[in-house]
Amino acid sequence: MRKVSHRIQFKQILRLFIITFLFNATPLFAQDEAAVEPAAAEASADLGGDPTAGKQLFNQNCAACHALDRNMTGPMLRNVETRLSEEQGLDREWLYKWIRNSAGLIASGDSYANQVYNEWNQVAMTAFPLLSDTDINNILAYTAYVPPVTDGGGKGPITELKPVEPGISNEIILGALAFVLAVLVIMLFTVNSTLRRIAEANGIDVERVREKRTPIWKAFAQNQFLVFVSVLFLLLSSAYFAYAYMSQIGVDQGYAPVQPIHYSHRIHAGVNKIECTYCHSSARVSKHSGIPSLNVCMNCHKSIYEYKGTPEGPSAEDLANGYTNEFYTKEIKRLYEAVGWDEGTQSYTGESKPVKWVRIHNLPDFAYFNHSQHVTVGEIECQTCHGPVEEMEIMYQYSPLTMGWCINCHRETNIKVADNAYYEKIHAELSKKYEVEELTAAQMGGLECGKCHY
Amino acid sequence: MASNKKYWKSEIELQEGNPLVDQIRQNEFPEEIPTSDFLQQEETLAESSTSRRDFLKYVGFSTAAASLAACKGPVKESIPYVVQPDRIVPGVANFYATTIADGFDFASVLVKTREGRPIFIKPNDRASVLSHGNARVNASVLSLYDKNRIQGPINQAGEQVDWSALDAAVKAKLDAMQGGSKQAVILTQSYASPSMKRLVADFAAAYPFVKHVVYDAISEDAALSAFDKKYRERALADYDFEKAELIVSFAADFLGDWQGGGYDGGYAKGRIPKNGKMSRHIQVESNMSLSGANADTRIPLQNAKIKIALAKLYYKLNGSTVGGGEDSAIDAYVDAITEEIRQKGSKAVVVCGIQDEDAQLVTLAINELIQSEAFDAKAPRYIREGNVNDLNRLMADMKTGQVGMLITDGINPVYSLPNGQEFKDLVSQVDLSVSFSFLRDETAESTTYTAARSHYLESWGDVELKKGHFSLVQPVIRKLFSTRQLQDCLLSWMGNDQNYYDYIKANWGETVLQGGSWNQALQDGVFHAGANAEGLVSEVAAAIASVGEETTPGVSALTVSLRSLMNSASPEMELVLYSKSGMGDGQQANNPWLQEFPDPISRASWDNYITVSKADAERMELVNENVANGGLNGSYVTVKVGGVTVPNVPVMIQPGQAPGTVGLALGYGRKSGIQAEMQTGVNAFPLYTAFDNVQEVSLTKESGMHEFACIQLHKTLMGRGDIIKETTLDEFNTEDAAVWNPIPQVSLDHQEVAATSVDLWESFDRSIGHHFNMSIDLNACTGCGACVIACHSENNVPVVGKQEIRKSRDMHWLRIDRYYSSADTFAGDDEYKDEISGLLGEDGSLKGFGKMEDPSANPQVAFQPVMCQHCNHAPCETVCPVAATAHSRQGHNHMAYNRCVGTRYCANNCPYKVRRFNWFLYNNNDEFDYHMNNDLGKMVLNPDVNVRSRGVMEKCSWCIQMTQKSILDAKRDGREVKDEEFQTACSAACGTGAIVFGDINDEHSEVSKLKKDDRMYHLLEHVGTQPNVFYQVKVRNTEEA
Repeated sequence: MRKVSHRIQFKQILRLFIITFLFNATPLFAQDEAAVEPAAAEASADLGGDPTAGKQLFNQNCAACHALDRNMTGPMLRNVETRLSEEQGLDREWLYKWIRNSAGLIASGDSYANQVYNEWNQVAMTAFPLLSDTDINNILAYTAYVPPVTDGGGKGPITELKPVEPGISNEIILGALAFVLAVLVIMLFTVNSTLRRIAEANGIDVERVREKRTPIWKAFAQNQFLVFVSVLFLLLSSAYFAYAYMSQIGVDQGYAPVQPIHYSHRIHAGVNKIECTYCHSSARVSKHSGIPSLNVCMNCHKSIYEYKGTPEGPSAEDLANGYTNEFYTKEIKRLYEAVGWDEGTQSYTGESKPVKWVRIHNLPDFAYFNHSQHVTVGEIECQTCHGPVEEMEIMYQYSPLTMGWCINCHRETNIKVADNAYYEKIHAELSKKYEVEELTAAQMGGLECGKCHY
Repeated sequence: MASNKKYWKSEIELQEGNPLVDQIRQNEFPEEIPTSDFLQQEETLAESSTSRRDFLKYVGFSTAAASLAACKGPVKESIPYVVQPDRIVPGVANFYATTIADGFDFASVLVKTREGRPIFIKPNDRASVLSHGNARVNASVLSLYDKNRIQGPINQAGEQVDWSALDAAVKAKLDAMQGGSKQAVILTQSYASPSMKRLVADFAAAYPFVKHVVYDAISEDAALSAFDKKYRERALADYDFEKAELIVSFAADFLGDWQGGGYDGGYAKGRIPKNGKMSRHIQVESNMSLSGANADTRIPLQNAKIKIALAKLYYKLNGSTVGGGEDSAIDAYVDAITEEIRQKGSKAVVVCGIQDEDAQLVTLAINELIQSEAFDAKAPRYIREGNVNDLNRLMADMKTGQVGMLITDGINPVYSLPNGQEFKDLVSQVDLSVSFSFLRDETAESTTYTAARSHYLESWGDVELKKGHFSLVQPVIRKLFSTRQLQDCLLSWMGNDQNYYDYIKANWGETVLQGGSWNQALQDGVFHAGANAEGLVSEVAAAIASVGEETTPGVSALTVSLRSLMNSASPEMELVLYSKSGMGDGQQANNPWLQEFPDPISRASWDNYITVSKADAERMELVNENVANGGLNGSYVTVKVGGVTVPNVPVMIQPGQAPGTVGLALGYGRKSGIQAEMQTGVNAFPLYTAFDNVQEVSLTKESGMHEFACIQLHKTLMGRGDIIKETTLDEFNTEDAAVWNPIPQVSLDHQEVAATSVDLWESFDRSIGHHFNMSIDLNACTGCGACVIACHSENNVPVVGKQEIRKSRDMHWLRIDRYYSSADTFAGDDEYKDEISGLLGEDGSLKGFGKMEDPSANPQVAFQPVMCQHCNHAPCETVCPVAATAHSRQGHNHMAYNRCVGTRYCANNCPYKVRRFNWFLYNNNDEFDYHMNNDLGKMVLNPDVNVRSRGVMEKCSWCIQMTQKSILDAKRDGREVKDEEFQTACSAACGTGAIVFGDINDEHSEVSKLKKDDRMYHLLEHVGTQPNVFYQVKVRNTEEA
């Protein structure tokens, strides 16, 4: 395992160097928000609104059901106004009415409103009566806005990579050290041969002196005490290592199996800061944290159909691992396949392929563990046991999940008794008995065998 | 003074100096492990091809291989829902109210489901009628996962067919029969369902040639007809035993299955002494039944004599003269009973289980005469509908070829009819026959098609258990297989595109609910029409009143009945057929829990047998003997009733069996469609001629001995006798508790002191937090065994099979010990005394008095549920070399299976014999091919409880998973735990309230009140184990009023 990872790291470093070199050679190009702004501001006059404000409003209000360039729950909205006026002869006033109260418009018998309503599975659009004319203008401006084409073929986000500054390179230090070592070795040899020559010159027979001494193994064998101590030492140390080896059997700390869908906790819990219990909702009430059912994924992924990455784009490390935007988008498509979601019609086909996740945390059957006890009652952070999940690209078992590990925590952790009527009496009595302010789980009885084994 | 009765579990224990008894008393494990035999035999060792060196090699290799194999864990997959149902949270149980109505058992129950799988059945506390299930009801959840179930419709050859083919065949036949002279008959179990009734009527309206016949395998036809004659309605009178101060039962096993059972709840309430009062129960019967075992006075009589006694009782109560049937013994009993009934007046009640219309009419008349408050004819029970006349007419019609189509549902008449073979032949003459069956049983084999029937946990339905008391059946799991219920088929065959759910809902909206909420009724599982149906009830009352007037001239009819009863002649030997608490009418014969369930009286499992009295056994030279390992063997007899012979029926000598009678349980001996291991016992239904459970019989002894799996001698008392404490009501009322419930004395510094005051141990502080205790009231416990099965299903207790049970290796965490005792004074002794005439001869005093000294002739019985006593100072804990068992602050005695290495020291050191050792791997093992050996059966396992492996000790955990859950729920809600939330599987399942579980540190809890009761005692208090389970002294109301 470790060797492999070292090799990977080395490869990564190598790749990093190459990339750095390449980018240093070509002129850097960065496209960021700030660059768009002035252009958009210029365009706002033509569009009858401010596309930047429109984008914000669009993301807040519309993006759950609409996208610019594809149909989702509702139709795509790029150049919606132009298309409407060209194809249907409808003006902005109609759009105001539709957006503020589509149901009313349908009820009034407006023919196109009814046509749209029927075309889109008779799902009425949410009414937005609070959007002002300016707001809607801004949104429409955003839908009509075409970002100015800049030179250099800068399509898609390109990462700005800082050139890696090695400072005083490790290589140089290492080289110097190797040189010093080599000098020392040479010096040793020189000194040795010089001494030998001196000895020969003085007539001392080096070889004869040597022969007089008994071989070391014989001396060792003759020294019974030494033999005894060594054997003892050997036995003890082998017992120690055997014990250490055996006690880690079945301890799968660091277990990070390949999953059928590459699900990145880093992106979900880290970048997007989704609460753990949003997906693992049963952790609050049940013994199982629960692997979320696919319909929970679809709460968001109905509208998040592709991975756009962070503003700064994928890091070099991600790229090295192949975690490109396309890669993640492909995983989302895998989700669609599993849940049976047809993107074209925005509907479920009914043909699902349940995902066979590989279970990472395996407690033995004879150990009872209840998530809700720890998450809801104990208010323990998920990360306490599961580690920095928000940084895990690939989920792995962070804790050893051994009994010793459980018990240590029970010994050290105080119980959250505040505002819990259950604990009032028992806490008062027990803390008096143990003469402590706060009780640990162990003092509450958390070390009793039957609490976890039955 | 404390009762100085002698208790025994098995008749053999009464034999002084029997070496076997001593051996079994001394040895916890009667069967030695034959290592010494093997090692001492030089030749065997020399012959063995495995040398010691080889053996060590094997051991070394397998150890190394095992540890290497253990290094790598298997890859486990988790498959979440694609779309998770709203109500299901993995790991959280849901409860649904439903009703079992399988034609024999009717009860409103709550079903616990986990991830959509029903795993546990418990009483529905919102129901007021039949609110708890017996052992069979609790076990029915396992029948759902029967691997032998038919998984789709099949034809006679057993080939799978489509439902559409079946539907088409039936529809075509129905259309072809339209206008013809032939009938189509729907033959079903008792449903007691208003919607089913209406549906059948609708169906018959569409196809006028359709007839509906209801058939009960074990018939209550006599009682139904008698009630019909008197009150103009085919129903069963209901009884509220809580209101009765005197219960006189003539062969009615009302604590068992009599008239649908479920009377034990009310009975037990009256049996707990309150303000110095408790009900008195007199049982006149032939077999030792559960009711007889609980009676204060039990009079064993031949059935024919019981009839005479019943008739005489009416005459005496009526004040009229008794004509004929001179029998001084019976007269003495009847006089005594009459006197007691007179004193109690309307507080007395008489029940009768004789399958004789006259007897039933007289019983109704007696209850009317004494205006019994416990007797309820206004709101009768509807849970038996079987009509013998209709059935006979059907068979006659089938014989004459008038039946063109037969549909059976929920019954197995080819097996359960006395003339099953004849029925089978007749079915083959019917043009089209369809059986709705669960298994490919005898009937399913003989019909054209077998429609795979849904289990009640997969079906919709409704039941009117008792007038005005409605109950709903709702599915709690999606259909496991391609099954259907008859009602849905009827709807589709008549071209109605509703499903049965819509049909019931519509029907309830129109007739039952009367403005009540359907959703509420469905959630509660029950609906009581009481408040809304006042008009209805008063109408009925008026009708009954008018009927009463009409019957005044009908007294002569009663006289006819009385005369016919008086003329009952006693045959030399009577066979009394009965149903067992475990097997009932046999429809769940493929259920291993029920097969292994020990009969409450005989403690035998996996069998039925002829029960005979000791006197008769001696006369016929029938023997029961215990072999070296404690297993019971019995002779075989051939049973002959009329022209029917049942060969090789094993014999069990039953203390308390009335001489001149033998008993035999129905429901066994099924062969078709069930697993080989479950094909136990003999089929007694062929002897059930004319649906009369009493038959004249002749027995002939056969050679050979039958091996019983009887746990009667297992885990004996080791000579310690005060495990059961009992007293009489009189003593209880007049004497101090120290007299009838003395604390045992031990010697300390040569002084006799109370055992509770001496302690070798430092006591562990349990005053903080919860401290659980359990109270078991020996007065309320009827021994029914519902708790035993509940324990099985909650705790994944394995089934070990007949051979293992025979070797004392039963795994029941909770056993109900049955003790026989010889009473200080025996009412039953009078019987013998009165029968004595002359000195010599069969009835001579020499022999007669000899009999009277024989304590096993009519013993008194006590039941005692024993599970781990959860001692505060547990002897098992101190001897465990690996500390696998330990106590907790909350009073539990914990058992960590993963720590146990199986030395069995703990079992040896347990004075209560409640620890069970896993001799084998009972799951995924073809040697134990029960529910834990197939994927379907494993669905019943409780995911919160470990499935134990070979070589570990296990025992009652006091359902710690349940108390843990109650505590966690409270913690999550931030509140204190309510007293009623603390339950164990057995206390939840107990319908009589005998088992109460709770926290004694909560001074308002029921259990802490019970602990202060005068009747409270601990088992073997002098041992000083300080158990957390305590018992309430049994009080018998033996003082005649």
